[in-house]
Amino acid sequence: MSEFFHMGGYAFFVWTSYGIALVVLLANIILPMQRKKEILKNLKRRLRREQA
Amino acid sequence: MWLWFHKLGSPKYFYDLSGKFLPWFGWLTLILMLVGTYWGLVLAPADYQQGDSYRIIYVHVPAAWMSLFVYMVMATAGAVGLIWKMKMADVVASCSAPLGAAFTFLALITGSLWGKPMWGTYWVWDARLTSELILLFLYLGFMGLEAAIDDKRTAANACAVLALVGVVNIPIIHYSVEWWNTLHQGSTVARMDKPAMDTNMLIPLLLMWLGFMFYYGTTLFMRARNEVLHRERDTTWVKDMVTES
Repeated sequence: MSEFFHMGGYAFFVWTSYGIALVVLLANIILPMQRKKEILKNLKRRLRREQA
Repeated sequence: MWLWFHKLGSPKYFYDLSGKFLPWFGWLTLILMLVGTYWGLVLAPADYQQGDSYRIIYVHVPAAWMSLFVYMVMATAGAVGLIWKMKMADVVASCSAPLGAAFTFLALITGSLWGKPMWGTYWVWDARLTSELILLFLYLGFMGLEAAIDDKRTAANACAVLALVGVVNIPIIHYSVEWWNTLHQGSTVARMDKPAMDTNMLIPLLLMWLGFMFYYGTTLFMRARNEVLHRERDTTWVKDMVTES
């Protein structure tokens, strides 16, 4: 197991690559989800204002 | 075909259809990437020359392929929007730009982290690396130009022209390792003869590539659906949908 994390001495390079990839890929999932919430919230507020 | 093309140009139709595809794309992305990563990091053997450092290939190469693929999608969508004034094509181009930039950034950074142990340097101004960096600037230029112009129609047209001019960079990136003497290694997969790679190493690479393709589909749909909701905020179908939810 520790041999696996050691990556034949290239641990820093391999794990940093995979780490950055994970962060970038997740960010591009989370950002549009937050944006959707924001858009729907604004739409609902506008609709309520129009009806009132 | 024309009818379908026409229907897809309708924001509501796109919104409904992409909503059906989205969960499938999301799950496929997750499964392909998990299996690909496990296979690439654990099951695939170490390289006889590069040891375990080559395992960076499983994020580097798919990201680099995607950086080119997304650019072609972006330029094509831009051209369609420019010629046929199709709103959805503008949305696809605009939503592809940040994703393409993300893939390009990943390709550059993971390449750099692979270059350090193999070449002894994080960066070298050789043809492949420089042309890929220009690709990143093209994506960022597209996004900057779009943000600088208030009118959506004008912004989309200007960006489409920029994207089309930038297409010239794509074959340069692809053939850079053949045209110039570069430090970057030649192609191992896309060759005329069979790939110069062990099957056990090749399969996880293809799985990751498929995973990245579905990831692009997933995130493109997510962004495009947001954009549609925002642009169509005054239409009855969006209002009805919001009231129902």
